[in-house]
Amino acid sequence: MSGETRTDGGAADDASDGDAVVAAVEAVADRIEGERDHLTDLDSAIGDADHGGNMARGWAAAAEAARDLDDPDPQTVCKTVGKTLMAEVGGASGPLFGGSLVFASAELDGGVTPESAVAFAETYLEKVEDRGDARVGDQTMVDALTPAVHTFKKSIETDELPPLEALAKAVDAAERGVAFTVPIRAKKGRASYLGWRSVGHQDPGATSALFILEELLAVAADRLDAEVPDVDATSPTIPDEGAAESDDATPPDPEDG
Amino acid sequence: MVGLVVVSHSERAAEGIVEVAAEMAGDTRIEPVGGDGQGGIGTVPDDIGAAIDAADDGDGVVVLVDLGSAVMNADVAVELSDAEAVIADAPVLEGAVNAAVAATDPSATLESVHEQAEAARGMEKL
Repeated sequence: MSGETRTDGGAADDASDGDAVVAAVEAVADRIEGERDHLTDLDSAIGDADHGGNMARGWAAAAEAARDLDDPDPQTVCKTVGKTLMAEVGGASGPLFGGSLVFASAELDGGVTPESAVAFAETYLEKVEDRGDARVGDQTMVDALTPAVHTFKKSIETDELPPLEALAKAVDAAERGVAFTVPIRAKKGRASYLGWRSVGHQDPGATSALFILEELLAVAADRLDAEVPDVDATSPTIPDEGAAESDDATPPDPEDG
Repeated sequence: MVGLVVVSHSERAAEGIVEVAAEMAGDTRIEPVGGDGQGGIGTVPDDIGAAIDAADDGDGVVVLVDLGSAVMNADVAVELSDAEAVIADAPVLEGAVNAAVAATDPSATLESVHEQAEAARGMEKL
């Protein structure tokens, strides 16, 4: 099963993008397996200590299912991976990581473009928020995904950065979001039962989301034969001259009544 | 006729709840579904989806759920299903019994069965 060679079928672009998505899923599976104990340690502090094992098992199965696809276009790979995660990952991580992927995959119907990637990211975040009834500040994966998705969208749509740079900024934003989960109190998930004792702990789901994004970035850079750009999500990246001409770009003066 | 699905983390709990509800259910289709598919505790959206399909005869399905991820997985299954299905925000056993009774009413609709299932939230026992 695992030693099968990949077949190249279908339209050239879709097939090579599909291959890239399969490679990304394999990279995520390897990373999560490598971080299994780390994730479990995070979860044992505030949850039921099953996040590492559940995610590792689910992503291993997802990588296998993705490899087994005959004609992998990106949408099909994402849908297959999502379905497999839903079936194999126990607890809430199945519907949150996997279910959201199944629905977001519909955005890749026309292939992977900067625009469809933004739509994919937005749908994914929306599904996680709705399904988990979680918002920023609840100490969940939403805290990592929200800054990542917002930064990615802004980098593509407003700043018109190259996609790899936009993704690198999104990863940096996710990292800051994971750090933000530490000093706040959990309002959703099992950690919320701990009340104030959840303060001071890093959320395992947010951490997993960051690992996934880091692997997407690494595989994207590898496929483009490029270095991972060194970026900072908190730098505004607004062109100086354009900003002055825009009506809404002038920051309000806090001293003004 | 409106169908019912009972979702529990435990396959045996789902079957037991269906056993209780079926006493009152007449010809209503009630499908139990639960477990992680490997003999353990959990729920699987595809399994819930299959149960919804089995319970549906075109008039819709009310889904009763136990806790936490069962609710999320049922939510995914409902969103992916072609059948008209709705989750009842109700205690799973009491809701199933209420819904089973409501479904036997000749004028029952998806809305009326859903409403009766949720009426179980206010059920007092003492």
